[in-house]
Amino acid sequence: MSEQKKRAAHEPLFHLAKRTDVNPVRAWVIRLVAILLGMLACGLVAFALIEKLNQNPEKITDFYYSFIKGSFTTERKLWKFLKNMAILQCISLAVTPAFRMRFWNIGAEGQTLMGVLGSITVAFYLGGKIPEWQLLILMFIAALIYGAVWAVIPALFKAKWNTNETLFTLMMNYVATYVVSYFLVIWVPSGSSTLGKLKFGKLPPLPFGNQYLLIILIVLALTVFLFIYLKYSKQGYEISVVGESIRTAQYSGINVEKVIIRTMVVSGLLCGLAGYLIGAGLDQSVTTESVGGQGFTAIIVSWLANFNPIVMIITSALISFLNSGAAQISQDFNVSGALPDVIVGIILFFIIGCEFFINYKMVFRHAANGKGAAK
Amino acid sequence: MNVWLNFLIESLAFGAVFMYGSTGEILTEKAGHLNLGIPGIMCMGGAGGCMVLNLIGKMNLPPFMVIILGVAGALVMSMLMGLIYSFLTVTLRANQNVTGLALTTFGVGLMKVIMSKLDPTVYLVGPKKIFRWPFADRTDALQYLGVLFFVGVAIAVIASYVLFRTKVGLRLRAVGENPGTADAVGVNVTRYKYLATCIGSGISGLGGFYCIIDYMASQEAYLSLEAFGWLSIALVIFALWRPHMTIIGSTVFGFLFSCSSYIANIEGITVTMAAKPLLKMLPYLVTILVLIVTSIRNKRENQPPASLGLAYFREER
Repeated sequence: MSEQKKRAAHEPLFHLAKRTDVNPVRAWVIRLVAILLGMLACGLVAFALIEKLNQNPEKITDFYYSFIKGSFTTERKLWKFLKNMAILQCISLAVTPAFRMRFWNIGAEGQTLMGVLGSITVAFYLGGKIPEWQLLILMFIAALIYGAVWAVIPALFKAKWNTNETLFTLMMNYVATYVVSYFLVIWVPSGSSTLGKLKFGKLPPLPFGNQYLLIILIVLALTVFLFIYLKYSKQGYEISVVGESIRTAQYSGINVEKVIIRTMVVSGLLCGLAGYLIGAGLDQSVTTESVGGQGFTAIIVSWLANFNPIVMIITSALISFLNSGAAQISQDFNVSGALPDVIVGIILFFIIGCEFFINYKMVFRHAANGKGAAK
Repeated sequence: MNVWLNFLIESLAFGAVFMYGSTGEILTEKAGHLNLGIPGIMCMGGAGGCMVLNLIGKMNLPPFMVIILGVAGALVMSMLMGLIYSFLTVTLRANQNVTGLALTTFGVGLMKVIMSKLDPTVYLVGPKKIFRWPFADRTDALQYLGVLFFVGVAIAVIASYVLFRTKVGLRLRAVGENPGTADAVGVNVTRYKYLATCIGSGISGLGGFYCIIDYMASQEAYLSLEAFGWLSIALVIFALWRPHMTIIGSTVFGFLFSCSSYIANIEGITVTMAAKPLLKMLPYLVTILVLIVTSIRNKRENQPPASLGLAYFREER
């Protein structure tokens, strides 16, 4: 008895153990609770930041209603929400193959921006000189090439010399930004560096439905394709093996260098496609802010979905919903336009933190002792 | 003053922003944590300091107190951010890249909301003179070399000394290289990771504060802080994870970053508009080059900490 007491004094109150089986229902309940707690925290922060709310606390219902108002109250807002979600989903899909390989590509921002630049470059020089359908195809090809080249450069160095890819791809984002501003200076001699909407190279909308429907359908098809590619193809399997353990991959005869480079080309091509959707589908122009940080958000979206393309539909919807809801709030309550970032950030903290409670469990001292006694 | 010397001093002063940022980031990375939240932390450091100055600006406190309180505000705010980061990544073992990016989103956003509420005539106009001591009355680049600049240089040197010449530094590096081994010899891995991240965040936050109150000293300064934060992360690579090297590295970065706007003022040199973006690209290109060269040469002491980016869980093999 006294020995057990002594042991108890030395043992910490609880220790952590990794869960071997993750129950999906339980996992989603935890995530949902985390989001709700995050929303609650947002409400508290809003009290501190928004004077209008501080003076009349009963307006807090308006605060939460604004979230829904941001995306769902009118048909126009709904389509806009779906469009934002589709673009975010597309970039998230693009980073996914690399992440499944544990290649931390945080350069999606730059790769997508290069995709936009590629398509706009073609439209700028060839627009009006060749038929529109040819122009659109050339823009498409250019966007894919630009995106792929931007992605494959870090991959080559990673494969050859194991150069740190996180830092490399991060730097490539900024190089891309300045490449764009370089071309803007050349293209706009007036010095304003803002390229207006180009007349040519607009992806035509479908003959029926909303103007954004085509983009949404393309991304939907891409989601299904990538799901099948990652889950059922040989290449997808190789990606998972390299991600799990490079040694295992080498031992089983997988050419790791080739897989790294090929996967990053796929990633870059998809980023290029996202750039094409932005350049030819929406903006018909390019600025340094064309991607607007979505390349970084996409990393979070992809990770939240555990790199599963189908689940990613839910997570990209969630992030887009929060973004447009928070934008609505800053409009309704007349506060700084930076409020969405604060709200999204807070909720992300909760979602990121809750993964711990899904993957680990606490084993308390007395419970562990009880088990030992039974033995 | 000679135009080139003036330019050099200005680069030095500008570079101090990155010097703070990357000294903090080096401490964090040496504990094995790649903190991509540095831009957000620097922003919040700046916001914290300015919030305090906004409160005390009209009280007519002695200059010494103004500096202490401002610095304390910046430290508290940025260390709180560091605490969020370390709680999520150390205790809850969340993915470091994702947490860092979320922290940057949050920090930059919150800073913009806070700064839009502060009154620049209170937090900036008066305190600026105090923080720029001893050269506040000069009109050339020397005016930027204020109190916080010298503090920053001292911090970088001390950080290097602690990291490479003391027992604490040795243990910290062991935690970043192989936490399992450090744990086995009795180093409290969690405590080291927490302290390194929080102290590192505090130092980085001071950089944001220095940028707003001393170097740029304008009410729009906070808008460019995020970009400087990312550049600080780049500088870590350039300095090869050695804090004292950031003093030189940051001057080079400051030189490269500001030369696009500065060179045009120097007689005999003409810069076309198109060359400006290319000049601004240089710090990033140089960083990539350093990254590649160090990975090709593959010298052990120039590599990133071995367990950088990985969460440590004692019971996992």
